[in-house]
Amino acid sequence: MAAEESTTSSSPPPLLRMEGVSKRFGPTVALDHVAFEVRRGEVHALIGENGAGKSTLMKILCGELRADSGAMFLEGRPFRPTGPLDARRAGLSIVHQELSLAPHLSVLKNIVLGLEDTRAGFLHRSTNRARARAALARLDHGGLPLDSLVGGLSVGLRQVVEIARALVFESRVLVLDEPTSSLSQGDAERLFDVVRRLSAQGVGIVYISHFLEEVRQVASRFTVLRDGRSVGGGAVGDTAEMIHLMVGRSIEDFFPRVDKEIGAVAMTVSALAGPEKPIEASFPIRRGEILGIAGLVGAGRTESLRAIFGLDRAASGTIAIAAVRGGQPFAASSARPDRSRRRGLAMLSEDRKGEGLAVAMSVADNMTLSAPERVSRFGFLRLGERSRRVREIAGGLHIRSATPGLPVQNLSGGNQQKVALSRLLFQDADILLLDEPTRGIDIQSKTEIYLEIGRLAQQGKAIVMVSSYLPELFGICDTLAVMHRGRLSRPRPLGEWTAESVMRYATEGSGE
Amino acid sequence: MPPMTDLHEFPVPRARPLKRLLDLFGPLLALIAIYCLFGFAVEGGTFWSARTVRNISTQTVVVALSAMGMTLIMISGGIDLSVGSIIALACVVVAYLVNQGKAPVWAAAAAGIGVGGLCGLANGAMVATLRIVPFIVTLGTLGIYRGLALMVAKEQTINTPATWLNTLMYRAPHPAWLILSPGVWLAIALALAMLAVLRLTVFGVHVFAVGSSEETARLCGLRVGRIKILVYTLGGLLAGLSGLMQYSYLSVGDPTTAQGYELDVIAAVVIGGGSLSGGVGSIAGTIIGALIMTTLRNGGTMMGWPNYLQMIIVGAIIIVAVTLDRLRHRAR
Repeated sequence: MAAEESTTSSSPPPLLRMEGVSKRFGPTVALDHVAFEVRRGEVHALIGENGAGKSTLMKILCGELRADSGAMFLEGRPFRPTGPLDARRAGLSIVHQELSLAPHLSVLKNIVLGLEDTRAGFLHRSTNRARARAALARLDHGGLPLDSLVGGLSVGLRQVVEIARALVFESRVLVLDEPTSSLSQGDAERLFDVVRRLSAQGVGIVYISHFLEEVRQVASRFTVLRDGRSVGGGAVGDTAEMIHLMVGRSIEDFFPRVDKEIGAVAMTVSALAGPEKPIEASFPIRRGEILGIAGLVGAGRTESLRAIFGLDRAASGTIAIAAVRGGQPFAASSARPDRSRRRGLAMLSEDRKGEGLAVAMSVADNMTLSAPERVSRFGFLRLGERSRRVREIAGGLHIRSATPGLPVQNLSGGNQQKVALSRLLFQDADILLLDEPTRGIDIQSKTEIYLEIGRLAQQGKAIVMVSSYLPELFGICDTLAVMHRGRLSRPRPLGEWTAESVMRYATEGSGE
Repeated sequence: MPPMTDLHEFPVPRARPLKRLLDLFGPLLALIAIYCLFGFAVEGGTFWSARTVRNISTQTVVVALSAMGMTLIMISGGIDLSVGSIIALACVVVAYLVNQGKAPVWAAAAAGIGVGGLCGLANGAMVATLRIVPFIVTLGTLGIYRGLALMVAKEQTINTPATWLNTLMYRAPHPAWLILSPGVWLAIALALAMLAVLRLTVFGVHVFAVGSSEETARLCGLRVGRIKILVYTLGGLLAGLSGLMQYSYLSVGDPTTAQGYELDVIAAVVIGGGSLSGGVGSIAGTIIGALIMTTLRNGGTMMGWPNYLQMIIVGAIIIVAVTLDRLRHRAR
């Protein structure tokens, strides 16, 4: 059931209008003259691939970021929030994907946080309680005890508290950023009821979601962002149109192809499951093969790689590595990073600065960290040898001007990523798990990394590559599997997939 | 492959060996400046004497040895609040065994160091396995080890017969050509060894990696827990050695000695460029940091400054040193 369109005869200004909004982060254009509009009482879906600019746009709307250019109008009047609190006072609030509640505070204190009603500096108990109660009542949760601690509530109820917090100050526009990503099916249904109630009360709701079936259920209109531009929109109807708008880009990137042979199976993962995600992931990977794993952020792709490598403990499933114990399968839960390293596995983290690299340490330290035995004798580093090897690899990957002693934090993002990949080269692992290997780097570095991945496959290494960037998966992989809410599809040759079918599987879990 | 152009190249700052030296020379310059100030200020120029240098160097040994261990611990991202207690425990154990007279003196000395190592091992094992932050673990063992020291000494100072152990900290060493006390030479030798361990061995790189980014270390397949245990054990051994030196200095086993030394030890590391958040620190800097504090105390005493003034100045130095460090890093 979609919310009703407003049916006023004269056309009043829309509740919210954004015009020509642009934003750059350094050399990256995040938003390029985006136009966006929300009417009173409508649920407006904002959709697009990862990195399309949805979150940036909403942060600008809610005062967390300032646009470089463009204008915003709230009920026809110019609107320039100085910060999140200012935006909240004007009636705009956002419920983030990761819930941002203080678990040690009560429901009441969370709801009025930052906007507490005070008398001479003291909290005014009765008005605060009344306001919190009223906000909860609007969500049909008036019975929620105000004094219970938020940390003890279920995820679904926490979401209600979070939305109540958004409503406590006369909310006119409410942004819900991926609100169901951590909810069970039942909680999601209840959330939809809440959303419909609010829209019936005249609140304009911006609903950000990857899940198109949800969008169809709850939203009346939609806008698609792609590469920082608003590329289309209209009344919510068939998902095919939305998918087409989301993926329909011209592939202008350059993907070098490397001639290689696909050999025997190097590793087989069977029925891998984590404590939460993945729910089920099975695939074989052959020497010389590049297996791409597509899917939405949060679908469980990163968790799968981490469980295989042993960074997080798997709950069940088995792994068989051809070169270890004659290919006998072992329990995935027994994997540990140091064991995996000795078994010929290596992993590239999606979180380059937090995990992938020790950024304060030198290029040489980072490159040799997982296999120092190659450049040491009796525990002492052979510094000359290390320098030579590091320079050799750096040259091969075109990590320009990187002297071995330079701290990695002084390099550009592209070069940092190449150093992170070099560590795997230096380690000479047989099976490489690459998580978003080209995220956030310039095109030229991307191309060089694609080429290096191709060369590694050519040398007979088995490569599993998780990416949210479809063109690169289609550009360099041999086989592709798609993850949807913790379940990995069967890997199939690239030719059996289209961008549309991948997107359909990723958003709807079907499309075979 | 497309032709390579440098269009996408970001300006990359060069590694500057000069800057690295400056990092070290900052504290060193401060040390020299402080020494010279006192040299001019103390009447009769008595601060310029070899005697003063001997005093300062000898008085620095106990803190410097523990601070080397603390440097490693703090580089790995940890902290050890129990060093003062370990020093006292080791001191008492040595005195107890010497007093009993059953074991040879060298064995008593080794036992003191060994007890320190065991204390460190326990700290490390708890940090690595219980997943409690090191601050809390060692806050607990600070009490436990001090209690053990009092237990061994039966809450009394243990008087001991004189042995060669007492000569380790003689300010005027016995063969006069040594110039400085044997303890100082021992500390210098160990400092060089620790320098080599940190800069030239795989273990050293691993210690930096764990402190710089524990996630990265794990991703690279390092055994983070084992590295931490080793680091704390090494710290404990060095604190045990400090205890031995403290016994040598005092000539008695005092279970209440070295109270609050953990703060001096941490201050030495921090003044020398170490960070509580891990990943940075240097042995040379730490030694200089320890020397700065002893020089201040020594000079202050000779100037007739009251104790409280010395405390205030040392406190201010810590804050100034860390502020300067931060400013320098921001300026890059």
